[in-house]
Amino acid sequence: MTNSIHDMGGTHGFGPVVPEPNEPVFHEPWEGRVLALQRAMGVAGLWTIDGGRASLETLPPLTYLAASYYQRWFLGLERRLLAHGLVGEDEIAAGRSLRPGRRLNRKLTVEDAKAMRGGHFERPASAPAKFAVGDPVRTRNNHPKTHTRLPPYARGKLGTIEAIRGCHVYPDTAAIGEGDHPQWLYTVVFTGRELWGDDADPTTKVSIEAFEPYLSAP
Amino acid sequence: MSRPDDHSHGHDHGSELSDVQLRVRALETILTEKGYVDPAALDQIVETAETRIGPHIGARIVARAWADHDFKKRLLDDATAAANTPGEGDTLASAHLIALENTDKVHNLVVCTLCSCYPWSVLGLPPVWYKSAPFRSRAVIEPRSVLADFGVTLPPDTEIRIWDSTAETRFLVLPQRPSGTEGWSEDRLATLVTRDSMVGTGLAKRPDEVGA
Repeated sequence: MTNSIHDMGGTHGFGPVVPEPNEPVFHEPWEGRVLALQRAMGVAGLWTIDGGRASLETLPPLTYLAASYYQRWFLGLERRLLAHGLVGEDEIAAGRSLRPGRRLNRKLTVEDAKAMRGGHFERPASAPAKFAVGDPVRTRNNHPKTHTRLPPYARGKLGTIEAIRGCHVYPDTAAIGEGDHPQWLYTVVFTGRELWGDDADPTTKVSIEAFEPYLSAP
Repeated sequence: MSRPDDHSHGHDHGSELSDVQLRVRALETILTEKGYVDPAALDQIVETAETRIGPHIGARIVARAWADHDFKKRLLDDATAAANTPGEGDTLASAHLIALENTDKVHNLVVCTLCSCYPWSVLGLPPVWYKSAPFRSRAVIEPRSVLADFGVTLPPDTEIRIWDSTAETRFLVLPQRPSGTEGWSEDRLATLVTRDSMVGTGLAKRPDEVGA
């Protein structure tokens, strides 16, 4: 979801970054189980990675902020399982299965789990890329209520196409079950001043990975 | 099932977050009983995350790029292909990987302001700070102050380039090779490459920091 609590770029007041020396991969065993359940259910193909993200982004803002990372993942997973009818509220309440499961297209195997492969998101293009490296572009100033990957701090800003990354699954449609609708993906770079105003550090530049519908000729 | 009966879902954020450990266990039980998940595959995911993937993979790639000019060129040109070259040990398939070279003029820093996108295949799972609100909020607006939280100070005229991971492309920073490492083997060079140096919140270690 756009304009939601997950959109943190440029927000003040969260305090210092606190790195943890010798940090373990998981701080509690249940965190590893959440990761595993998330990945295992992901392969069934009932939702996309963007649908998964959207389920975290639409958590109530206070819950989102109060939750740890894997708590958020757990809450998002539980919501998706309920929304897709894979488990019932009564089963969650009972802590056990009360009826046979639905038939899934795919079930994660031990071999799959060894490889831990990421998805592949590049798709054939149906039209040539509209923009070329070096082109100036302005990002759109849209505020959709559904999932998008154009962060608010970079909306309506003037940037430059730095690279073309291929044609990729479009998160804005994939997240809401409307299909891949592949779009050209660009690295668009902005000066710090364009994003943050005259007080910005003049030595900084920020890039985002922007899908073609997020961009227009200036 | 030993879950407390007073537990309720979603009424306020306090109760939503209570007993997560028990609720995770209950959910795993439900999903296993329904035949959706194989507990052995779940165990394997945890094992893969804890032991197979991690910054040691990225460190080997960086060390090789430092030692082998042709490889560095291939890495910067197409990191997905270079990092997945057969014979790269247990490097796992990683789609859409992009390598970013730090130089005297430019320092690269990677963030995901929207969530936690991170190059798992070469660095493993992200640390808590990478997924935290302070890092996600500040990296794009005050990167020098974020670097200071990591004890890193760069020359005032170095350009800081922040990469917000807003798509499925994933970024690996190629840190600068420390001086005094001429003639080092790739294995020895890899000992200088920290996770943070490959995210851009750190620099590669100097030889004296590893007792060389």
